[in-house]
Amino acid sequence: MKDTPGKPTPVTGATLDEKIKNAKIQLDAQVRDVVRWHFSPDTGTPFWLEKAKTFNFDPLKDVNGWEDINKFPFFEDDWLRGGPVRRWVPKGYADRGVYVFETGGTTGIPKSRVVIDDFKIDYEMFSDTLPDKFFPRGSNWLMLGPSGPRRLRLAIEHLTQYRGGICFCVDLDPRWVVKTIKKGWMEHLKAYQEHCVDQAMTILSAGHEIKCMFTTPKLLDSLCLRLEKEGSSISKAGITGVFCGGTEMTSQWIRFAMEEYLGPDVYIAPTYGNTLMGLAASEMPTAEQNFKIAYYAPQPRAVAEVVEFKDYSTHVPVGGTGRVLLTTLTKEFFVPRFAERDEGEREAPSAKYPWHGVSGVRPFHEIAATTTVGVY
Amino acid sequence: MINIPVLRWGEPYKSLESDKVVHFITGEVMAEVGRANAAMVERDMRHAHRARDVLRQIPIADLMKMMKKAGDLYATAELPLGDGTQTPDQFARMQSATTGLPEHMCKFNMEKNQFVLNNMDKILDSLTRGLDLNILSRGYGVEARGVPVSYQCQSPVLGMVLPSNSPGVHTLWLPIIPMQVGLVLKPGPQEPWTPYRMFSAFVAAGVPKQAMSIYPGLGDIGAAVLKECPRSLIFGGTATVEQYKGNPRVQAHGPGFSKFILGDDKVDQWEKYIDIMADSIYINSGRGCINCSGIWASRHTEKIAEAIAAKIGPIMPLPPEDPKSALAPFTVPKQADGVNNDIEAALKEAGVTDMTAKYGNRLDKRERCDYMRPTIMHSDSPDTAMAKKEYMFPFATVVKCPQDQMLAKIGPTLVCSAITEDPKFQRALIGATHIDRLNIGPMPTIKLNWLQPHEGSIVDFLFRARAFQHEGPVTG
Repeated sequence: MKDTPGKPTPVTGATLDEKIKNAKIQLDAQVRDVVRWHFSPDTGTPFWLEKAKTFNFDPLKDVNGWEDINKFPFFEDDWLRGGPVRRWVPKGYADRGVYVFETGGTTGIPKSRVVIDDFKIDYEMFSDTLPDKFFPRGSNWLMLGPSGPRRLRLAIEHLTQYRGGICFCVDLDPRWVVKTIKKGWMEHLKAYQEHCVDQAMTILSAGHEIKCMFTTPKLLDSLCLRLEKEGSSISKAGITGVFCGGTEMTSQWIRFAMEEYLGPDVYIAPTYGNTLMGLAASEMPTAEQNFKIAYYAPQPRAVAEVVEFKDYSTHVPVGGTGRVLLTTLTKEFFVPRFAERDEGEREAPSAKYPWHGVSGVRPFHEIAATTTVGVY
Repeated sequence: MINIPVLRWGEPYKSLESDKVVHFITGEVMAEVGRANAAMVERDMRHAHRARDVLRQIPIADLMKMMKKAGDLYATAELPLGDGTQTPDQFARMQSATTGLPEHMCKFNMEKNQFVLNNMDKILDSLTRGLDLNILSRGYGVEARGVPVSYQCQSPVLGMVLPSNSPGVHTLWLPIIPMQVGLVLKPGPQEPWTPYRMFSAFVAAGVPKQAMSIYPGLGDIGAAVLKECPRSLIFGGTATVEQYKGNPRVQAHGPGFSKFILGDDKVDQWEKYIDIMADSIYINSGRGCINCSGIWASRHTEKIAEAIAAKIGPIMPLPPEDPKSALAPFTVPKQADGVNNDIEAALKEAGVTDMTAKYGNRLDKRERCDYMRPTIMHSDSPDTAMAKKEYMFPFATVVKCPQDQMLAKIGPTLVCSAITEDPKFQRALIGATHIDRLNIGPMPTIKLNWLQPHEGSIVDFLFRARAFQHEGPVTG
C-alpha cells in the first residue's frame, strides 16, 4: 500500500549530531506549518481561532519554531469533552470525511478527537519501526483489544493493510471492564476476559496464518496463560511479532512476558500513546538494559517532553524524572503542551530516534492513587 | 537495609520493581520488597497442586512436630531474611517501625504466634473435633466410634491477602501447613515481616519450601490471589466483607464490632467490670477485630462511660520502644484526619457525648504519622450512628439500650462478652446468629480460646464433609 499523503520523510544525517540537528529543523518547520494552518482565517480550526482571541501573542507572526510552542497555554483535555465536535475540524478540511475517536467515558462525557488521515499516517510511521523478520510483510494479524469508539478500531486494521495483510478483530469494551471492577463483579470480569480470550483462541485455531498481533498487556497475559494451559504458546500458535499497547507497561511486566511467555522467537514491540497523540515506539527491551522501555514520540508530528514537576517549562536532565508533556502537531489536530497523567525518565536521542524520549512511564505520583489504570 | 525478594514456591525471584518499607517516624528505609506482577501469580498457580502433593508426603504428625520447632525458631532464632538475616529483637523492632505498633505489642504477638504453633496438635484436635488427622490427608476413613467419614480438600493452597495494620491476624493461617495445604501469601505493604519470617522458620523446621509462595505487590496481586486460589482469606473493611459475602471461595475478615453487654441483673455492679471493659477497648492499641467498640447496658451508662474515660482517656502517645507505649499511630497519610472527621460528624447527632473530651485533643498530629488518643462516647440511644462505629484505635461507645432491645439493635458482633446470669437472656444470647464468639461472664473480648473456631472453622472452609463408600480396596 502507498504512503498516505502527509507522512514525513525520515530524518537523514551521517552522524547522530547531524541527525539531531536535521530533526530539529524538521520540527521547527512542522511547528510553523501546523500553527499557520490552525490559526489562519482561511484554513484554521474554529476552536483555536476563538481561543487565539485570549492570547497575548499572534500565532501567525510570533510562532516560528519549536521554542515558540511555550507561548501557548497548557492544553486542557477537558476542552475535548462535549460538542459541537465540528469546532475541532479545520476549515481547510471542511469537505473531508471525519472520524471521531474517544478516550475515557466510563462515566460522563468522553473526550473526543476528530481525525481524517492522522491515524493512517501515525500507524504507517509506526510500521516503519517494526522489524520485517518478526512482523512479515503480507502476514495476517489478530487485533485483540479495545476497539469501539477508539482509534485502535481503525488503526490496527490500517497497519495490517499497509503491511499487506488482513486483520481479524476481537473487541473488548474497557468501559464495561471498569464498571465491573467498580461494582466488585469479579466473576463477571473474569467471565468477560475469558469471553475475549475464547474468541482469540478460536481465530488462532482456524488456519488463517496469523503471524502478528496487537493486544494489551493484560490480554496478552490471559491469552498466554490459556495457550499454556492447552499445551501451546504464542510461538507455537505461529505468532512471531506482538505489538503491545493500550495501557502502561512496566519493565518487570515485559521481562516476565519475554522470559516466561514469549521466548526468544517472538518480538514484542511496546508502545506508548493515546488518542490525542500519535504512537510512541520503543526498541525491544533487553536483559542487558534491565528491560528498560524507552519510548520515542513520532516527531515531528508529536513531541514527548519530560519536564520538572514544579515547572513544566523546564526539561529535566537526561536520566532525570519528571512529568510527561505531550504536544501534537498535525494539520488535523493541534495540542500544545498537554500535561499527561504520567511521569517518567528523560532519555537521550538515539540514531533511530534522533530526539529525546521517555522511559519508565508510570502514573503521575500525585494522581496515581485516584486513577484506574491498566484495566485491560 | 534488607532486600526481600518475591518467593515463587519457595524460590527467590528478584523483581525489577520494588517497594520501600519505611520507618514511620524517621522515614528510614527498612527494606526494599520486590513487587510481583499479577500474571506471575496466575502462571505459578499451575503448580498449586504440587504444594499439597509435597506436604502429603509428610505425615501430619511430623508436620505438627515441625510446627512446634518452627514456633521456637520464629521466636528465638536468627533466621534468613532476603539478602540478610533477622534476630527476634530485630523482627520486633522492624515490625514496630513500619506498622507503628509498639515494640512490646509486637513481642506479645510473637508469643501469641509461637503459642499457636507450639499447641498446633491441640488446636487441630479441637477444630476437627478429635478427628484422626490422617483422614484429612487420605480424604476418607473411619472415626474412632466406627462411623465412616470423608473430608475432601477444596483447594491445594490457601490464598491470603494480609493486612498491614494488625500483626495478630497471622494466627489464623498458621494451622494450614499441618493440614497439608500450601500457602499463597500477599503480605500487607507495611508488614512483610511475619510472612517472610514464618516462611524461614517453616523451612528451617523441615517444611518443603515448594509449598509456599509470597507475592508482595499492589492491589492487582491481591485480586490475582483471590481469583486463582479456590480458597482465600482476605482482611479489609466493611466494604471488603460485603463484597465477598456469600462467596464460598473467600472468607473475608473485617471489622469485628465486638461488644460488651451488661445484663439488667448485673448492671448495678458495673464498677466491678470497668477494668475488663477498658482492657477490651485499648489492649493492642484497639486495633484488633476482637477489641471492644461498644458497651451496651440499660442504665448507669453515663457513669460507666465516665469511669472508662477516666481510665484510658489520659493515655498519651509514647515512643514505640517504650514498654509502656499503649498507642499505635496511623501511618497512612490523612487516614487519622478522615477518622477524626467521621467522629466529629457523628458527634453532631443529639444524644451523643464525647466523654474523653476533657482529656485533651483526640487527634495528635506528628511529622510522619498521626495518633488518635483513646476515645469514649456515650449514646443515650441505640439508634445513633455513633452506637455502631468502630475504628482502628481505642474507641468505644457506651450505649444506653433496654435489655429486651439489645439483641435486635447491636448488629453483627464478632465477640460478645455478656455479663448476665439471667437464664432467659443467656438463652437469647446463645441463639443470636449475629454473634460469632460468645463469652458469658466477666471475660474481656480480647481473651481468645485458641481451641475454638474464629469466624468460622478454617477446617470447614478447606475441607468439605461428604459421603464416600467403597467396596474392595482403595489405594488412592
